[in-house]
Amino acid sequence: MVEEKIEQRRGFLVGSITAMMGAITAALGIPALGYLLVPAREKKRQSWIEAADLTKLNVNQPEQIIFQRVRRDGWKLVTEKAAAWVVKTGEKEVVAFSPVCTHLGCAVSWNAGDKAFVCPCHTSSFSTEGKVLGGPAPRSLDRFDVRVDGIKVMLGEVKQSAEG
Amino acid sequence: MLNNVLEWVEDRTGAVSGVKHFLYEEIPGSSGWHQVLGSVAMFCFLVQIVTGILLGLNYAPTTPDAHTSLRFILTELTGGRLMRGLHHWGAAMMIVVVVLHMVQTFLWGSYKKPREATWMLGVVLLLLTLGFGLTGYLLPWDNRAYWGTVVTTQITAKAPLAGPYILHLMGSDDGQIGVQTFARFYSAHVLLLPPLMMLLIGLHVFLVRRHGVAPAPVETTPTKKFFPGQVFKDTVAIFIMFSILFALAALVRVPLGKIADPTDSTYIPRPEWYFLFLFQLLKFFEGPLEIIGSMVLPGVAVGLLFATPFLDRGAAVKLRQRTFAFGIVFLAGIGWGGLTLAAMRSTPHKEPWQSYTAEEAAAVGSFRLAQCWQCHGVIPGDNKAGPNLADIAVHEERDALVAHFKKNAANSGLKDIQLRQLAAFMRKLDDESVVGIATAPIPVVSGAQLYMKINCGVCHNINGAGGKSGPPLNGVAKRRERAWLETHFLDPQKLSPGTIMPPYNFDHTEMANMVAYMETLKD
Repeated sequence: MVEEKIEQRRGFLVGSITAMMGAITAALGIPALGYLLVPAREKKRQSWIEAADLTKLNVNQPEQIIFQRVRRDGWKLVTEKAAAWVVKTGEKEVVAFSPVCTHLGCAVSWNAGDKAFVCPCHTSSFSTEGKVLGGPAPRSLDRFDVRVDGIKVMLGEVKQSAEG
Repeated sequence: MLNNVLEWVEDRTGAVSGVKHFLYEEIPGSSGWHQVLGSVAMFCFLVQIVTGILLGLNYAPTTPDAHTSLRFILTELTGGRLMRGLHHWGAAMMIVVVVLHMVQTFLWGSYKKPREATWMLGVVLLLLTLGFGLTGYLLPWDNRAYWGTVVTTQITAKAPLAGPYILHLMGSDDGQIGVQTFARFYSAHVLLLPPLMMLLIGLHVFLVRRHGVAPAPVETTPTKKFFPGQVFKDTVAIFIMFSILFALAALVRVPLGKIADPTDSTYIPRPEWYFLFLFQLLKFFEGPLEIIGSMVLPGVAVGLLFATPFLDRGAAVKLRQRTFAFGIVFLAGIGWGGLTLAAMRSTPHKEPWQSYTAEEAAAVGSFRLAQCWQCHGVIPGDNKAGPNLADIAVHEERDALVAHFKKNAANSGLKDIQLRQLAAFMRKLDDESVVGIATAPIPVVSGAQLYMKINCGVCHNINGAGGKSGPPLNGVAKRRERAWLETHFLDPQKLSPGTIMPPYNFDHTEMANMVAYMETLKD
């Protein structure tokens, strides 16, 4: 009888210790997960950057364009150089590819002989439409939003291409 | 399965029996609630480690990025304010708990032979805890941090002989504090102190185990096991402490002020509350005697703390018979409380809007006129349709903001220049200045608007903004009476012959507002 009481009391104590420690862990852990995993509140805003002159582009001949952009990098606004492969596809039509290989992020460059964008890392190659021609790349090159304003080619944000 | 794993772990490492040995240690029958504070102190330190690491993941330890990144943590990250609140209030909580732990040990006389070394290590741990507070205070790099640390470094600089060397060690040769001081405080706070603290806590606990938990002078009940009885009591105490800490962190906002500005002569530096008594102590010692307040008395106090076990070598007696110890704690408490209270009383209270430039005060008027408050709260928790300005940082470009004002408050009647000034004000808001939008008195705001309209700022300066050809207006409320001001506006030549200030024929309301504004410019 007495032993049963002692056993009960022990159960209560151990249960309480576990519950209180669990509550503290949750009160610290759940906000910590939110802090670590939820993206920063600041929304990305579409800002158009004048990157190229339409009259200086030749149809179906990719041209590397280097431009300045302002990017929010964590708590900082950084002004940095960025690159795009711009291809004039029609009289007033232009597509702009991100130079980042969709495989592991190396910078692709245009190989005029093969008529393909080639990645120097694992030999992925992409067509002038950005489609995968070979290599381990999982999807087409990502494209910038493009707006043609008179003769000015304006670039917006990079949109991820679809799988395959 | 689990048993097999445990057996394996036990066989290869001895961890299981180690934990059991730790948990089932025999403690005196008299052990109880009065001995929970050491565990609570240790838990406080654990919370500081966890929240410190989390803050560190998003903190840039250089000036002035420290301020920008902390602002990012507070305004952009989920739970950022909570983490910072836990770390800030956790520091205060830890100091309280460590001091209480020490008071308990002192009252019960638990420092007596053979526990002298445990006590002395405890004194070192108290000093390390204060060291954490001192070095951490600079890290937000706002005015409070900057000016508080300037005072600290200047005090240590006055140490006899060692002063200049200490100052040099703190990276502040010319009395200014900058990137070097910051780097050293940061390194001390995250690289030096934490491992040192862990090591000494380990030693402290080891010594507690070595000598056993201090028994009562006469034990009347048989010994018992540490687990689960005493662990339960420790956990309850930890739970209560953590609940208070969590409530403080969630409910009492720790403002991040304006970025550190070494030229801001209007800022009134004050240390954190647990150092206020030292700050106040210095006021009693003038000139060459200052060293007594800044070095001698604190040095003697720490020395006495270290020497306590050797000064009191008598046999252990019952708590009720330790009247002398109670007397000392009582007097120390009165002394500390009195000094702290006096320091708090002597701290001039400054409303956030009293730091506004005239342009900013006038912008508050624009904010109200355009009824921005319809969508935007300016007080924590006052959430409306638009973002609460107390919770976010405004990153939009000035022109984008002006466009936003024109679109959403088309009929405000505000001129473009006023909208641009409002936009500039919005981009500069911080946790402290945002409060003023709600609290700045109407006549003051109207006075500031009039001040802007008639371009007083071309000649006069308020809170660091404006021209230099006229007298600065900070402190005008102390220099001039109301009647003098009124007469001077209407006919400056009468009171200041030869002045280039033109007369202003204000109507009744204008005069009342302008004078009301001037009367808030006390310092």
